Amino acid sequence: MSQEAATVQTDIHEEHHEELNFLHKYILPTDHKIIAMQYIFTGMIMAIIGGYFAYAFRMQLAFPGELVPFYGLVGPGEYNMLVTNHGTIMIFWVAMPVLIAGFGNYIIPLMIGCDDMVFPRLNRLSYQIFLVSALVLILSFFVKGGGFGGAWTSYPPLSSAAEYSLTDWGSSLWVLAVALEFVSFLLGGINFITTTMNARAPGMKMMDIPIAVWFIVLAVILFMASVGPLIAGAVMLFMDQRIGTTFFLPSGGGDPLLWQHLFWFFGHPEVYVVLLPTLGIVADIITVFARKKLFGYRTVLYTAFATGGLSFVVWAHHQFIAGIDPRMANVFVVTTVLISIPLAEMMFSYIATLYGGSIEFKTPMLWALSFLAAFLIGGVTGIYLGASALDVYFHDSYFVLAHFHYTFFPITIIGMFAAITYWFPKMFGRMMNETLGKIHFWGTFIPFNCIFLPLFFLGLAGQHRRIYNYNHFPDLATQELQDIRVFATASLVVMLFFQLIFIYNFFVSMFKGEKAPNNPWKANSLEWSIPSPPPHGNFKTLPTVYRGPYEYSAPGRDLDYWPQNEPPEKS
Amino acid sequence: MSMRGPIATHRSATGIPTGRLGTWWLLASEIFIFGGLIACFILFKLNGTPGFEDASLTSVTAGAINTFVLLTSSLSVVLAHAAIEKGDREKSFKYIWYTIGFGLVFLIIKTYEYTGKIIHGHTITDNLFWSFYYTMTGLHALHVIGGMVIMALISFDIRKGYNFQRVELIGIYWHFVDLVWIFLFPLFYIANF
Repeated sequence: MSQEAATVQTDIHEEHHEELNFLHKYILPTDHKIIAMQYIFTGMIMAIIGGYFAYAFRMQLAFPGELVPFYGLVGPGEYNMLVTNHGTIMIFWVAMPVLIAGFGNYIIPLMIGCDDMVFPRLNRLSYQIFLVSALVLILSFFVKGGGFGGAWTSYPPLSSAAEYSLTDWGSSLWVLAVALEFVSFLLGGINFITTTMNARAPGMKMMDIPIAVWFIVLAVILFMASVGPLIAGAVMLFMDQRIGTTFFLPSGGGDPLLWQHLFWFFGHPEVYVVLLPTLGIVADIITVFARKKLFGYRTVLYTAFATGGLSFVVWAHHQFIAGIDPRMANVFVVTTVLISIPLAEMMFSYIATLYGGSIEFKTPMLWALSFLAAFLIGGVTGIYLGASALDVYFHDSYFVLAHFHYTFFPITIIGMFAAITYWFPKMFGRMMNETLGKIHFWGTFIPFNCIFLPLFFLGLAGQHRRIYNYNHFPDLATQELQDIRVFATASLVVMLFFQLIFIYNFFVSMFKGEKAPNNPWKANSLEWSIPSPPPHGNFKTLPTVYRGPYEYSAPGRDLDYWPQNEPPEKS
Repeated sequence: MSMRGPIATHRSATGIPTGRLGTWWLLASEIFIFGGLIACFILFKLNGTPGFEDASLTSVTAGAINTFVLLTSSLSVVLAHAAIEKGDREKSFKYIWYTIGFGLVFLIIKTYEYTGKIIHGHTITDNLFWSFYYTMTGLHALHVIGGMVIMALISFDIRKGYNFQRVELIGIYWHFVDLVWIFLFPLFYIANF
């Protein structure tokens, strides 16, 4: 596979785009827009599986030992398998494909004014590998022993020896699926970086690139620089499982802590890999709906560089209680708390963008604003966990769980809905229903807080993660705590119910919605200068760029927006 | 595959041809994969893990011959590139196949080494040193095989007269495979502390 980049080369550009047949248009496409849809739809199907798993294990926690409607009985091993694969799916098969691969594919060529990715066939290949990885993961649920249940972090020796994990093939297929997924995103990432570096429209300088594109490319670079050691680690883990090597087994001279280092050296930058695309998408949305220039374009960009750089030296804050040297822990406390500075600065830039703007509360804007609010809670609670003294108590409690759901839920789910509602008119040529969109927004955002805010208190009360039935622990089996668990689960069911409204709105709007004009939001970036949906080849004549993407409410202009490709008036 | 090629741009905002830029990024990602493995190996070695003294059992002679073979193959791929720059398709074809031949010699010596070690009971599960040895040299050998296959495909293309730039790209890749071996050779054969 690794040789594909070398073999796929530029082909002859044809001016006339003939109609492709169904097979080549939808099953084996090279058009970046269709590949983007493949990623987004696959990601959404995986999100349904991940959400269903969450429903099953939350029901078990609220009503331990009872039959879960639409699922059945959740046993201890099955509970582990559900939480493990919920985490794995939501991060690797929802956040990554939808936000980076899906929207990255869709918006990068459109926003930089190009007709396609520079390596269209490599693009197709990376989706196909991704699809195989998803199928391998799903297959792992059905092999003998069931799916892998050793948590998404997959620490050895639990994950490396079948006599501990009790899921002989489940764990191997899990590792295989994750490794395939990494390969797919590496190939996709090479394509994204090369496209953005080389295929920009004439006139588009580095500082004229929309923040959304910048951040997706930065995310891909972070991914590329962090995932290599984990691919190596995955190979080693797979060989431990199948061949009987002892890379991570102390009995054979190996070291289980090594896996933790390899995993978190990837795992912490990974947080920023999925965060940056959402931050970029949010930057584009808030400028459009506040009708204001982005406050401090360069500052926002440089803070992202700083965050990305620092994200490589914070990983051991996941291992404070794993037996690392306390002197090393001190260093990682400092770097961890440091990383909040560039991110806080970025937040202030976004808030300053909103200040004094003429804000329109359209659905995408609601999602973008709620992202800022929810992510703020996630970020602030992270400072507690970054301090090693507090982390000794909080580690592996529901406080940690609530903290990272306050970061990952806004990033993945809120970011995904923000992007979908914002680009839906461009993607499908029709408008989404605003009323249903707003009902869905409130029906998701309020229950989201009702699920995870109580979990902070459960964590403070000492509730440990990854336990399938708290009745076995007298201190945690009190009625008070159980009421909180039931409340969180009920909120989850409410939230899942409201997703039906989104699915209805999505499909009905796709076929019956109001026809979308080229530029429904009066935005500046290049994708809004062409028909909705864009034809094969995107631009009729490839555009030239004259200015940055955030020239809203420019003084001395009648219109409050100024498309990037509009030639300046001659004076 | 569709009957005609997909849309692809010929733009080059950086001034670097797209194919070359993509190849460099591919190699950048490979550096982190091999780098991760090498870092793990060195950490275990510095920790004095039992079994690492087995580095003295690997044959420095075989390793040195292989280093020589691989470095020579890098020369022939450079000559193939130089020939195609001048438009000499036959000469370039010939040098590409010399490179493939050197790759084959490398693999034969590697197989001979593997066989000898396995006969003496040093299999991949013997101890951690041999686990790393087979994992890393095996991954490297897979890269050699991959490079040889692609070179073979490219050689027929250029003889027919198209995709000349691919000789340069596979050359860059081949140098990288060489460079990885330059790291593996001292780690597994020479260093014995």
